[in-house]
Amino acid sequence: MVDIGGYSKLEMMAIAAGRLITDGDVVFAGTGISMLAATVAKRIHAPNSVVFFETGGIDPSLDELPLAVADPRVMAGASMNSGLIESFSLLSSQKLRTIAFLGAAQIDRYGNLNSTCLGDYHNPATRFPGSGGACDAASLASGFIIFMEHEKRRFVDKLDYFTSPGWLHGYDSREKAGFNRGGPMAVVTNLGIMTFHASTKEMVLSQHYPGVSPEDVANNTGFEVDLSKTSEVLHPTELELKTLRDQVDPQRLLLG
Amino acid sequence: MSAEEAVSKFIKNGDQLALGGFTVNRNPMLLTREIIKQGIKDLHVVCHSHGQGLDLLIGAGCVSYLEIAYGGMGRFAPTCIRFRKAVCAGLIKIDDYSNYQMSLRFLGGAMGLPFMVTKSGLETDLVKIDGFSKDDRGKRKIATKKLEITRNPFGKENDKVVLLPSLNPDVSIIHAQYVGEDGTVRIRGLTFADLEQANSASRVIVTCEEILSRSEIRKDPDQNSLPPFLIDAVVKAPMAAHPTACHYFYDYDPAHLRMYANMASDDGKFARYLKEWVYDIPDQATYLEKVGSSQLTKIKADPFLGYAPGLDRK
Repeated sequence: MVDIGGYSKLEMMAIAAGRLITDGDVVFAGTGISMLAATVAKRIHAPNSVVFFETGGIDPSLDELPLAVADPRVMAGASMNSGLIESFSLLSSQKLRTIAFLGAAQIDRYGNLNSTCLGDYHNPATRFPGSGGACDAASLASGFIIFMEHEKRRFVDKLDYFTSPGWLHGYDSREKAGFNRGGPMAVVTNLGIMTFHASTKEMVLSQHYPGVSPEDVANNTGFEVDLSKTSEVLHPTELELKTLRDQVDPQRLLLG
Repeated sequence: MSAEEAVSKFIKNGDQLALGGFTVNRNPMLLTREIIKQGIKDLHVVCHSHGQGLDLLIGAGCVSYLEIAYGGMGRFAPTCIRFRKAVCAGLIKIDDYSNYQMSLRFLGGAMGLPFMVTKSGLETDLVKIDGFSKDDRGKRKIATKKLEITRNPFGKENDKVVLLPSLNPDVSIIHAQYVGEDGTVRIRGLTFADLEQANSASRVIVTCEEILSRSEIRKDPDQNSLPPFLIDAVVKAPMAAHPTACHYFYDYDPAHLRMYANMASDDGKFARYLKEWVYDIPDQATYLEKVGSSQLTKIKADPFLGYAPGLDRK
């Protein structure tokens, strides 16, 4: 990753996403950058947040970064080790505020996601791993945050395959479809942070990173995005960077 | 029982097979290799998120139908390579569900119910696109319908739910840390959906790291996972999940997984992998000898942490 004034875009993304975690949140994490975000939040401003994995690992110590959600590192020092049924029950618990981190190959203006294939499903040009627990998290969690590389071919007008539900067609379509909570809260990319308009549920640029212009975002998005309310994101603090580098990924498995 | 005997006795062409484990963890690899060696074909594989075992079975041409949520190996292969190639080339028929949906389908089968219910996936292509053709529906163990969207009979008009057909696989194969001499199974660490898979299947084969005496395994029944009368065959085979991990025994093997990813990317190299690591290997002892003692030492798990701390995973 390219250095932008003493920190990489990956570090910026992890820190920006981590700031979206509230103390006490129950965080459904994948691997990769979502691990960095969840862990940096827990070590700084959200000590009472809990990280759990779809595989059944609940609140592990994460002394080493897991490289997959079934990595034995999600089982060590955990509150408990269970299975998928138990984990998705926790995700769905109406008592908890559960926040999921998801990634995808494609996203549309309403935060609907594709992680299944490009081209026709029955004769795909390429195939990705598939939903895994992503559709479940997008359907059942209190909310979810998406990580994306900001490119036109990924921010598309129409998904090749619709794997995980965001705000569907906007307005109240998600509620009308039968979902009783949830929906995408933010999209954290290598250019900035998008959120969704309160009523139309269309994607809007909320914050752009230092060195990135709102036009850069527009140029890399395959649909129109409202740029009128954006502001520059706060630089990572020394504490945030130090925590990320020294405590979260000291082996530099992800930070490189 | 030997792996050879267990597979020849309990798995046959055309079976619906549930794969235990999850991506990089506790894949029943010895049994997978044995299925390939015995030339068992036309399998209908059902799983949630799977990795190494699935990729090998598909690559060796053993799979005709696949119901799945995820085919990946973490950073070693973000999408399973032979899986991706087979799907893109139309070599297997595939139908996609989510992890929770697949887990619920096993649970439904275990409970003797015709279907389970969830709100996961409403409006998405997971519920709108059927991977299998109308001709295939209702045949073999393929459900007559992928799923059904219906109104919640206890809710308001717009309150919809997804009904998922339960699964009762012919065979479930899992790898566990311990089995008692009486057949009691003990899985340590995460159980994934192994228990639901085993409870829903007609036949269950378990490989294990160690056999414990009946009195030893019954000293602490709280730790046990499956009762003896559900299990059809037990195969004692240390490191039968390699190159995937087995909690408290060994980590995943990054060197082997990197080598596999490289060889799986090329048809010729993949054929060589199958020859060298599957067909030419007579038994598990020979397999472990080929992996080599220095590599086995590197991935040996710390008995308290359950994994190999400081293992080079880059």
